[in-house]
Formats: sequence, C-alpha cells, structure tokens
Amino acid sequence: MSNKKKKKLTPVQQEYHSFAKAREPRRPVLLNCILAFLAGGTICLFGQFISDFFLWNFDFTEKTAGNPTIAVLIIISVILTALGVYDHIAQWAGAGTAVPVTGFANSIASAAMEHRTEGFVLGVGGKMFKLAGSVIVFGVFSAFVVALIRTVITMLGGA
Amino acid sequence: MEIYIWAFVVGGLICVVGQLLMDVGKFTPAHTMSILVVAGAVLDGFGLYEPLIDFAGAGATVPITSFGNALVHGALAEAEKTGIIGILTGIFEVTSAGISAAIIFGFLAALLFRPKG
Repeated sequence: MSNKKKKKLTPVQQEYHSFAKAREPRRPVLLNCILAFLAGGTICLFGQFISDFFLWNFDFTEKTAGNPTIAVLIIISVILTALGVYDHIAQWAGAGTAVPVTGFANSIASAAMEHRTEGFVLGVGGKMFKLAGSVIVFGVFSAFVVALIRTVITMLGGA
Repeated sequence: MEIYIWAFVVGGLICVVGQLLMDVGKFTPAHTMSILVVAGAVLDGFGLYEPLIDFAGAGATVPITSFGNALVHGALAEAEKTGIIGILTGIFEVTSAGISAAIIFGFLAALLFRPKG
C-alpha cells in the first residue's frame, strides 16, 4: 500500500494492516516460477509439434503454419476447459497456463459457460469477453499506435 | 531439433515473466495479460519480435505476446499496400484465426457443457 493511502487510515487501521500483512501466506515465488516455466514451456513445445505437423503434412510455410497451430491449441484448450481439466492444471501452473494463447481461450470459454444461466444474449454473448476483452482492447490500441508511428516514419522517408 | 528446445525455453521464460508480474508485481491475471500484449506490440514496433519467432518458433508465437505482435504485423502489412487506412482494415488480418476460433468454440462450449467445480 502506498504511503499516501496509509496516511488516511486511523492508527488502529494501520496496526491491523501490518498485523494482517505479517500473517499473509508468503507466495512461493520461486516454486511458482519453476512451475510456470515447465507448464508454459510444455505448451509451447506442443505448439511447435503441431506447427511442424502442419508444415510437413499440408501446404503451409513456416509463416502461415502459425495460424492453424493457434486455432488447434485454442480448440484443445476449449475442450479441456469444458471438461473442467484446464482449471485443475491452471491451479498449479499459474501463469504457465494463463500466458499462452490457451489461457486466452480458457478465459473466453469459461466466462461463456459460467454466464450461460443469465441467458444467451446477456450472459454468454455479453460476458464472454469479461477477461479476454481487456487483452483485445489494449492489444488493438497499442498495435494501432505502434503501426501508426511506424507508418508515419516510413511515409516521411525514414527507416 | 534445436527449435524444440528453444520453443520450450523461450515459451517457459515468457510465462515466468507473467508469473513474476503476478507474484511480485501483484497484478491480476487480466492486468498481466494486457501488459504482455502491449509488450508484444511495442517489441514488434522496434522490430525485435520477428527475430525471436525465427529463433524460438512456437515458443514466441504461442504466448499472448504474439497477439500484440500479430496485430501490429497485420496493420503494417495492410498499411504498406493501401496507405494509412490500412492500419484500420488490416489490424485483425493475422489474428483473425485466433479470435474467431476462441469465439466460435467458446460459444459451442457454452451450448454443450455445464461448468464443472
């Protein structure tokens, strides 16, 4: 908590804050990182196998094999989410399952399933992007800014 | 053969960065993913992401950072052909497969399955 916020608290609240903080379970950062590394690495390795499968068996180049690979990973991730398996893995793998594109698909599928009780339009349709929406919004906006800068530089005769 | 090792190592390392953002930086998963997407877009702006893909293959294309990279790529490729309006028309060109697959199969999952646990 920032110092500015701390000043607003009464002494009792401050006391409680440090009391609670001292008893907060410490996050096993190193262990979490190792698990994330192994899980994330395995998913990427699996992606590489799929990509090579498309490369060897179908008419794809190294550049175009990326798209079907991601689609296949997304399908697998959605199926595992629907069967309730993905969340079990995510519990110990942390960012290892959240950061790959499978985590993006997992957040969409689980939000869609979870909000089905609210109806198909307001629930499934409206809440599907509850988590993934921020990724798309910030991704698209930052990509827009970056692409605009690059295009303007090119037009001005730069790099 | 080497590409498999690098895919594993680089993909794992990007996930470790995400884990550190969550554990040490105390960001929520949604914040972490947004930061990584923006990082991917900015890295591609400096031309640094494409060499990473050449080096690590799926280790660079599978993590969410490649989503930012692909958005910039689509926008730039289209802008080269049609001028500045291409940024708007091309931005989803490369990522279309990922987003449509996620929407279509996510919706099918909601149709067919009940949440577990």
